[in-house]
Amino acid sequence: MILVLLISILFIGGLLAWVSEIFDPALPRIVALVTVIVELLVMLTLLGATDSPDPAWLASINAAWMPRFGIGFHLAADGLSVLLLLLTAFLGIIAVGSAWNEITERVGFFYFNLLWTLAGVVGVFTALDLFLFFFFWEVMLIPMYFIIAIWGHENKNYAAMKFFIFTQVSGLLMLVSILVLAYFHYEQFGFFSFDYFDLLRVNTTGPLEMLVMLGFFIAFTTKLPSMPFHSWLPDAHSQAPTPGSVILAGVLLKTGAYGLIRFAVPLFPEASMQFAPVAMTLAAISILYCAKVAFAQTDIKRLIAYTSVSHMGFVLLGVYAWNEQALQGAVMTMLAHGLSAAALFMFAGGLQHRIHTRDMTQMGGFLAKVPRMATVALFFSIAALGMPGLGNFIGEFLALLGAFQASIWATVAAALGLVLASVYSLWVIQRVFHGAYRAEVGTAQFNESQLLDFDRREMVYYGLMMLGLVWMGMYPQPFLDLSAGTLQTLLENSRQLLAAVPN
Amino acid sequence: MLIVIATAIVLMLLIGIRRSYVGTSATAITGLLLATIVAAAMLPYTNQQVTPLLIVDQYSLFFTPIICALAMFIAILSFPYLFRLNDDKEEYYLLLTVATVGAIIMVSSNHFISTILGLETLSMALYGMVAYPLHCKESAKYPLEAAVKYLVLSAVATSFILFGMALLYAKTGTLAFSNVTTAHELEAGATYIGVTNIGPMQGLSDNYTIIALLLIIAGIAFKLSLAPFHMWTPDVYEGSPLPATAYLATVGKAAMFVVLLRFLEISDALAFDSVVTAFTLVASLSILVGNLLALLQDNLKRILAYSSIAHMGYLLIAVIASQYLAGTISVEAVTFYLIAYVIMTLGAFGVASVISSSEKEFDEVSDYRGLFWREPWLAGIFTAMLLSLAGIPLTVGFIGKFYLVLAGVESGLWVLLGVLVVGSGIGLYYYLRIVYRMLLPQRDAFAYREAGIESLSSYGVLALLLLLLVVLGIYPTPLMTLIQSVAAVI
Repeated sequence: MILVLLISILFIGGLLAWVSEIFDPALPRIVALVTVIVELLVMLTLLGATDSPDPAWLASINAAWMPRFGIGFHLAADGLSVLLLLLTAFLGIIAVGSAWNEITERVGFFYFNLLWTLAGVVGVFTALDLFLFFFFWEVMLIPMYFIIAIWGHENKNYAAMKFFIFTQVSGLLMLVSILVLAYFHYEQFGFFSFDYFDLLRVNTTGPLEMLVMLGFFIAFTTKLPSMPFHSWLPDAHSQAPTPGSVILAGVLLKTGAYGLIRFAVPLFPEASMQFAPVAMTLAAISILYCAKVAFAQTDIKRLIAYTSVSHMGFVLLGVYAWNEQALQGAVMTMLAHGLSAAALFMFAGGLQHRIHTRDMTQMGGFLAKVPRMATVALFFSIAALGMPGLGNFIGEFLALLGAFQASIWATVAAALGLVLASVYSLWVIQRVFHGAYRAEVGTAQFNESQLLDFDRREMVYYGLMMLGLVWMGMYPQPFLDLSAGTLQTLLENSRQLLAAVPN
Repeated sequence: MLIVIATAIVLMLLIGIRRSYVGTSATAITGLLLATIVAAAMLPYTNQQVTPLLIVDQYSLFFTPIICALAMFIAILSFPYLFRLNDDKEEYYLLLTVATVGAIIMVSSNHFISTILGLETLSMALYGMVAYPLHCKESAKYPLEAAVKYLVLSAVATSFILFGMALLYAKTGTLAFSNVTTAHELEAGATYIGVTNIGPMQGLSDNYTIIALLLIIAGIAFKLSLAPFHMWTPDVYEGSPLPATAYLATVGKAAMFVVLLRFLEISDALAFDSVVTAFTLVASLSILVGNLLALLQDNLKRILAYSSIAHMGYLLIAVIASQYLAGTISVEAVTFYLIAYVIMTLGAFGVASVISSSEKEFDEVSDYRGLFWREPWLAGIFTAMLLSLAGIPLTVGFIGKFYLVLAGVESGLWVLLGVLVVGSGIGLYYYLRIVYRMLLPQRDAFAYREAGIESLSSYGVLALLLLLLVVLGIYPTPLMTLIQSVAAVI
């Protein structure tokens, strides 16, 4: 029941936030903040929960929904889900915080969309019925579309449309795949089922398996994103309002990785193993290519967006290496990148909110003017480049370590990405904060008086995220323990399935 | 008992016709409402042939209340729309009820004669509805052009159908729908089970039958506005007054599709490969042409016209699938999608007609700029309808698409499914374009409200449609079960 509660809190909170605007325009943000904090607290109770008949799951619920097709309302959470749920709620708080002063128009509707997006994400992380999963997968899109299309920047229509069409079309491919899989189940067992555990037993073979797996793969890697399906991301990010970027980078991208770990590989172990070299190559190309492209950007948000793609390459690499270390690394990267990318987008958004430009050629020498902002940016930049002691390092290191056992060449290539990462990360810092101060040189086109340092409220959010990253970097064991159970089960299952396949 | 039902329906409609004065609209609405209730109440009981011409089985009884309800909704929506029309307004409701009688005959026909009767009753009344605001200058732009175009082309289509029927009659010796592959006589009143067994040929060859079938199919495709027989659709949609467009797009299409489905199921026409090929081509063309051309439109009615072409193409996928599937899944898919389609199409046209009136129609996409902030409820309903047309979850359109894809997957129609995915992707663009337009800030204070009159009942209809859209999108199980039992009949 706890999981139903988690989803309904957000749905109801969203509606309340919308309605509360009638009474006072300042009310929605408070309602939204309370909602996400309650959400986080309820999630924390999940950690010790035994709300499931199956001890492998911390909480679950399974009710009939559309019995005609064996579709159930099946939600369940294990260690992996809980980690990502916590990330979702935490970044939810951060996103509400970053919207606090930035969103001034149609406030109620904004928080409504924000909370419904989060509700969709929570649904995705807990759904164990593939129909339900797809349902939530799409539910998180529409409010996100609205967030970009209404509160976005100058080119928002194009960006929102591109985002929606990319994810929707790839989603349709996944729907076809899900249905094919359900049909296989029907042929083999005589009844329709969309339940995860039923579908795991389906014996898929032959070329069709590969095609069906690709349906899932394309949907998830579009979301992740990875080459060659990444081109929506820089546009969506650069046009989205700051809270939109935070949610997009921090949480929405992780649903793609989660989908790969939970569904794409376990459901089709054989096809996935055959496909792994291709996927890992794509990951390596993604890492290197997008790091290089990032270097060529002048728009700070686009730059961070490309680095996101590059970092998610490590996740893809880790998932398709499919051993425990690599998977642990992928999960850690998801968590750490969730925080660091969210923080960087928040920083970029904050900067844009102040000086109304994202163009780095217009910036320079800000260090003297806004020291706190410079420090924060430096911290998250070196976190992103994988400095030991911070969460990203643990994730990327483990991912590479695991991947090395699977494919040496892809790993070597991917590791070069770390070098590029430090180049572009420090380059940003240099461009924005060092050098001569633009206003003094006289080339600045922004209003200097607007360039204010982070205030105390903002520092609290950044502080929380820093704390999270340091914790992950210094003592990652609790996180690793939490996800270990899930990952071992997944690995064991696929090993058995692979062993059962006659070669 | 059955005759009573049939006459009751017709009688109630007649009452609606008699008192064609001030209370016409109210009477028509009440009559239609009663018909809806009676027909719905009859659903569990009946399964019988009424005269050789009409069959009253659960499938027709399932669609009868739907058609009556749709007609009622459109009547309610027409009321404020026509309120200020400087002309006699009463006959409009007469036409509407007559058209509904035709549609009901169509859904309960399993005989060529009754099909043609119903079809012509429906079309004749529709010509009148399309041309209705003829004498008003500022009304819908080209009612006469639309009506004439529709009249001529639809007459041609009918003649195609008639010719095909005549040819089939020569082959089978009966005007009742019958299995054309075996050409055996069917006992009147029996329930038909379409079993695929190609028996010995009698006299005329297969090719002959195929030509006859293709003629009928071409005619029907014309009425359903499937590509490449779609040319009339955008013009007629654009030219007619909005409630008439809505009627044409929902009742007209749904009734025709039921006939098509019944005909194909009984005649087993899909056993011929060339017929399947023809359908596949028509379906893919409709999806692609409909979606691609909709991209180029700036007029809301034309966009919806092209999107309806695409939707008819989607529906055909399930029809084709019925050939490969033993169970009733494809009939269920078609039925469910038809329901979804009429809900969302009526909703979309409903919003447009609430905004417009017979004096001034707001049907350019740019007219909808800022609607979200001016009329949040209307815009919200419109958005929901458009998202449903695009097949986004939480709406009934998604469940409908789910059904279609399921039917397609089961029968392995990979090419058509590919076309469906591409088509839906393109479709998203023009649906979202409208949504985006509504989200833009308002430019100036448009003289919107002055045109129409506020009518609470229209809002009620729209709210009801929205409720249906969402409830069926989230919990469709009751409807699924109902359709499952109903579909078993066909």
